[in-house]
Parts: sequence; C-alpha cells; structure tokens
Amino acid sequence: MTTSPLLDATGVAKNYGAVAALRNASLSVLPGEVHALMGANGAGKSTLVKILTGAISANAGRILIRGEARDIRSPAAARRAGLLPVYQEPSLIPDLDVLSNLRLTGTPVEPFRAWVRELGIADLDLRDTARDIPLAVLRVLDLARALAVEPDVLLLDEMTAALPANLAEKVLEVVRRQGDAGRAVIFISHRFVEISALCDRATVLRDGETVGVVDIVPGVEEKIVELMLGTRIVKTHVAARSAAEKAAPAPARPRLAVHNLRVGTKLNDVSFDLRDGEVAGVVALEGQGQDELFAALAGSIRPSGGTIDVDGSPVKFSHPIDAIRAGIAYVPGDRSEALAMQRSVRENIALPFSAALRNWGPINMRKERATVLSAIERLQIDTRAQGEVQRLSGGNQQKVTIARWIAADARTILCFDPTRGIDVGTKQEIYKLLRELAGHGKSVLFYTSELEEVQRVCDRVIVIFGGRLVDIFPVEEADEPALMRAAYGLPRGAKADIGILAAPTASDAPSSDALGTKP
Amino acid sequence: MSTSAITPVPFGRRIKRFMADRPLVPLIILLVILVVILQILRPGIVNERWIANTIKFAIPLAILAGCQTMTMLTGGIDLSVGTVATMSAFIMATQIVSQDPAIAFLLAMMPAVLIGLVNGIGVGVFRVHPLIMTLGTSLIGTGCLQVYQRTVIASGAKIPGFLAWLGTGVTSGFPNALLLFVPLAALIVFTLARTGFGRLLYAVGDNERATRLSGVQYWQVITALYVTSSLLAGITGLLYIGLIKAPSLSLAEPLVLPSVAAAVIGGTSIFGGRGGYTGTIIGALILTVLTTLLTILQMPEGARRILFGLIVLFVTAAYLRIVEER
Repeated sequence: MTTSPLLDATGVAKNYGAVAALRNASLSVLPGEVHALMGANGAGKSTLVKILTGAISANAGRILIRGEARDIRSPAAARRAGLLPVYQEPSLIPDLDVLSNLRLTGTPVEPFRAWVRELGIADLDLRDTARDIPLAVLRVLDLARALAVEPDVLLLDEMTAALPANLAEKVLEVVRRQGDAGRAVIFISHRFVEISALCDRATVLRDGETVGVVDIVPGVEEKIVELMLGTRIVKTHVAARSAAEKAAPAPARPRLAVHNLRVGTKLNDVSFDLRDGEVAGVVALEGQGQDELFAALAGSIRPSGGTIDVDGSPVKFSHPIDAIRAGIAYVPGDRSEALAMQRSVRENIALPFSAALRNWGPINMRKERATVLSAIERLQIDTRAQGEVQRLSGGNQQKVTIARWIAADARTILCFDPTRGIDVGTKQEIYKLLRELAGHGKSVLFYTSELEEVQRVCDRVIVIFGGRLVDIFPVEEADEPALMRAAYGLPRGAKADIGILAAPTASDAPSSDALGTKP
Repeated sequence: MSTSAITPVPFGRRIKRFMADRPLVPLIILLVILVVILQILRPGIVNERWIANTIKFAIPLAILAGCQTMTMLTGGIDLSVGTVATMSAFIMATQIVSQDPAIAFLLAMMPAVLIGLVNGIGVGVFRVHPLIMTLGTSLIGTGCLQVYQRTVIASGAKIPGFLAWLGTGVTSGFPNALLLFVPLAALIVFTLARTGFGRLLYAVGDNERATRLSGVQYWQVITALYVTSSLLAGITGLLYIGLIKAPSLSLAEPLVLPSVAAAVIGGTSIFGGRGGYTGTIIGALILTVLTTLLTILQMPEGARRILFGLIVLFVTAAYLRIVEER
C-alpha cells in the first residue's frame, strides 16, 4: 500500500492486574477508508477503543497519527489529535439544552445544524433539553456533534443499534461520504449487513490480539468468523453424558413457555420453551436483549408484550417475589448484584427464606443451619472466610449465589453468565452442578458469553440477535462456528457463496461504491 | 527472609486484631476510662446513687439510639424520634387529666404510629431520602403539637404516678426503668440477630438489589421498620416524662442528635449493613457519662459543647480505626 495510514496503532497492550485485556493489538486505518473493528465478546474491542480515545491508557504499544507518535492521555488529547468517538450511550448531558451541550465541547453550531439536517432531522430546536429528546435522535445528534468538528478519524461504536431504519440509512450514507472526503471511520458493529455495505477492510481481534486484517469482499464473513474463533474452528463433538446426567424424559407440558415476549425496543417477539430436566443455553453478543429477557423472566422488569406460561398457566410477574413463588430463581452475572457483601455466607444463602412477611419471625437456627450446610457441601464452597462474603474468592461468591437457590429448592434457575471471571476449576464445578440439577428434574436457562460452554452444559441453544430469536439449535449442531454465525444474525447452514455478502439486497449499490473507493 | 515467617505478630497488631474481632471491648474500655477520670476529678462521686442516676438518664437515650441503630442498618436515619417522644409524652400528660390511663396511653401512641407509617411509606414506597422524610414529619409533628397545646391549655397537665415511678424510682439500688429497658433491649438484640426481620434490615442496608432479587419487598421492610422505630420513640417519651416531670414542646428534642451519636459511637455504620444494639447501649452510656464529666468541670456552656463535639468526633474516628481493620 502506498498511502500512509491516518492512524496506526501497533503492539497495544493493557493489563488489569493479572488479566490481560489486550496483548498485542494493532489497527491501521488509511485515509478515505471505513474500517470495521470486529471480535467476539471479550476479545478486547472496547478496551482498544477506550485506549484510542484516551479514556484509559495503554501499558504498551505505539500510536501514530498521520505518522506522528502521539500520547493520547485523555479524551481531550484524543480530540486534539483528531480522533473522535461516538459511543453506544448518548453523551449529551441530559439536563442541558442542545446549545449548551455544544458550547460545553466547543462545537461550532452552524456545521452542527447542517449535519443534523443532513442526517435527516429537519426540525431540531437547539433550545430543547437533551432529556426530552428521543434516544434515536440523541444518537444522531451525537454523531452530528462529532462530524461538526471534522475529525480525521471518527470512531463509531454500534452507531446504528438504537436507530429506526430511515435514520440508520441516513447515518450509513453520511458515514460512507466521510470516507470519500479522505477522512477515516472506524466502525464497530455486530451487523454483517452494515459492514458489508459500508466498510472497506476489517481488523479482527481475538483474545486481545489482532489476528487478521481482511478486505471486505463477498464471502468474507466465513473468514471473519474463522478468525474470531481461531483454532477452535474444528467442530467439537458433544461429550457423551453419563446416564445420570442425561436429561429426564420431556413431559407434555413445558415448565416455562415464552410467547412473543417483548421488552421495550430491546427484545422483540421471542418465543421458546424450557422443559423440566433441561439446560437451555442462550447465546447472544453483548446487549442483544438477553439482559431484558432474563430480567423479564425473573420478574425484575415488566414485559411490554407477549406471555409467559409457567406449568401451562399464564403468569404476570411484577416483583421478583412473584417469580420466586412460581419456582423461578435468577442468578445475575454480576455477583455484587446478588450478595450482601458484608454479611456471612450463611445469611446470604438463607436470604430468600426471610423474604416473605410470614417468615419475619424468629428463625429456626438449627433447621437453617442444616439446610445451609447441605447447600454449602453440595457446591463445595470454601467457607474458610465465611464471616463476610466479600472475603471469598469470585468463584466461591458465585457458588453462594447459586447455593441460595439450591437451598431454597427452586425448580427453575436462570443463570446469567455464571462463569464470568472465575477460575477454570470452579467453572468445571458449575458445569457439573448445572447438569446435576437438570438430572434431578430442574430446568436451567443458561446465558453464556463463552461459546465453548454451550457444548459442555446445554441440551439446546437459543440464539438471540438484535432482540430477536435467530434460531434454536439442538446441542449436536451447536458447534462454535455455527453459534458464532447465528450470534451475528447469519442464517443457519448458509454457505459462503450464498451468504449475505454474496447476495446483498438493498445495500447492493452502496456496497460496490464503497469497494470502488479503495486505493 | 525466612525469619520473618516465624516472627510473632507485633503486640500492637495483635491487640488491634483482638479488638476488631470483639468491637465491644474498646467501647467498654473507653467507658471505664471515663468513669475513672470522673472519680479522679471528683473523688467519691462514683457511688451507687450516681450509677443508678446515670443509668436512669442513659436509658431514654439508649432506646432512641436503638431507633437510630435499626434505621441506620438499612442505610436510613430517623430524626423524628424526638418529636414523636415529645408528642406522646405531652399527650399523655394532658390526657391523663380527664381520661382513663389506658385510653390516654392509646391516644399518646397514636401520633407515633401515624408518623412511623408516614415515614415508612415515604421512604419505602416513594423513596424519599430518610433524612428529609423524617425531618419533614418531625416538623409537621411539632406544628401539630403546638396546635394541640392551645386546645388543652386550660385543662392543665399532670405526670401519671406510674410513669414517675418508672422514670425516677429506684428499687434496692436498681432504677425501675430497667424493668422496661432490659426486656426491650433483649427484644431488639434478639430481633436483629435471630429473626427474619432483623436479617432483612442488615441485608437491605448492605445490598438492596440483592434482597429484591431474593424476593424481599423493600417497602414492607421499611414501613415495618419506621413504625417500630416510632413506637419505640413513643414509649421513650412516656418514660422520659416520668424522668423529667415537666412536659414541654421540646421535651425530647435535645436527645435526637445524641441518639445518632450513640449509635455511631456504638459501631453502627451510617451507610447501612453494619452494627448492632449492644454497642449502641454502651455508646449511650459513654455519652451520658461524658455529659456528667463535662458538667462537673465547671466550664462555660459554650466550651462544654465544643469539647463534647470534639470528643464525639475523636472517639468515633478512633473507634472506626480500631475496628475496621483491612
């Protein structure tokens, strides 16, 4: 390549304690290019973005902007260097009006106005308070604010996620023209359709390393999935389960039946069943509506549409207690959400026992002790530091959150990424435990961000993308490539040559435009 | 260095750890030190009568501090206890003139229940900050009391004999108020340690989200808590009027802030989830002894208050240093 890159980051590394979030990431963006940054959950995308925009500083690596080494220590420094991000969350201060928000960042007003009109919003009053502006419009205003200062490199993180189709189209069009004007755009998206329509090249991250830079051409999505998965592409086979671990024969009536469930704009029309004696996996990229799905099933939020049936009869949960009474327990992914950290292991496990008004009286200490001890034993919780849960290791804390519901004998357990950030040994124990629970006729809904766990634990896999159900796989077909493709919203069984990139529909023309601008 | 592994833990560190495990020990030591100082400054003052007197004055403070302990465990506070105590005392003293004692008692406890309920619903359902909520109801209560005072101004007031006996009486060296306080304190300690309600107070203060996910309905806990707190305050008012014997519109008001201080000195965290009632009782005793100590120093009132505030701050800071070892 003859043109020198606008942005050239090499060997970027970032450690959080002993954990390496980024090991050796590189990203090189040419002028006039729209560059996709891709990677599975936890590959290090957001860390790299934060480093490039000055939100955090790297432990190692070199960042050149227009061939000059720059030290991006703060968001302001990144701004001066010509790097401007538009994040997933709206960044206008809610209590200020738009004009004040612009002054805050020193954004020129007239170009901003022009961009807003360009982006398809004709009637914006700059005196409107940001709080009163709908979310989709706020995202567009964020983009317009970034465009108004004419940054060299624009960084868009899931820009189109919350946008209705007409606005999204305008946004994509404007982004494409940025490229034509000799500037560059780094585009982060989970949507292959957009990437194929918009981007010239893609950098793929895996486990904190850049594993490949590919040109976006028809059929490349197979290659990208391959890169994201690495050597694990070989089809894994379901480990034979012992008879005791085999799912119990399915009864006629499902334990939990979800029909057309809808939660705001985050979750749409999701339907599936959960049977007794089964572990059903849920696979989704970050923020595809799985949080809302679990929260709705746990009674934390009210769905805005659809029905939930428990044992064949419809239920309406307005508080987690309603779900718990129906035998549905929720184990959140974030342990600090589930535990009273300063209280003992015993009190934490026994917490649900005291919840109901009629159980506020004296506690039968002997009975409680027996129940708690048996749950502790079952999960092999290391209770050397049981006086305060906060002194336990992460894995043991996670076990306490599960032990609580085993002690309470919940029939259905909703496990949200229970193995996040815990050691390998404990992970294995949790897999085994979930299988055992299913073996005893309980049902488990198990969201995981690690695809390899699916094969170890689940009987079936439900894949969600963009708030919609993509597919339900039997575990035999749920190898990692298939799951990864489904998690990106690609249809099952589609080969490279009949994939979305090969047969673009509405996005055909712009796509070839974008390809045409390549040097 | 291999020798460092077998070096015994330094003495200071060991003491610290011992005290961190038994947070009551440093409090009791402090209490004893204060009593000894008092005895040195005024030899012979510490006798049976003085002890009975100190306990008599510490009990109303300790019960109100119990209200603060329980509300603080959930991360709240109850500033309306002073008003509630004053109201029930004042209503009791004026109604006993014309009413049957039982009826007078019920009338006296009515504002307590009402204010507790309003506090509980405000904090638990509408999520008003407890500080503001209880301050608000406290002001409203004081206002109502002023209106009430005009309606009964002609009928006069008297202190029921039983309350005087309970508040000031001493039987063979023991203040009669202990008859009320010991069972009450035992009940509070038991509730906090061994009942579902007590567990929930700690858990709600520690992590409200976690309790919600476990099926706890926050508003129920909070409403029950503030009603309980108000009832305790009402009972304190009746006891206090028996002790002070002069009903006024600001009878128990001076006890409010010391009751918060007693709970904090006793080791209850104002952020919730940590603490207990035994520490609070000793905290109340410490404050009462401290007051006596400063009184006999014959300082001007201003200097006494400054010293009192400084000592409370110092003791709290030092105690937290000792107890929170990490």
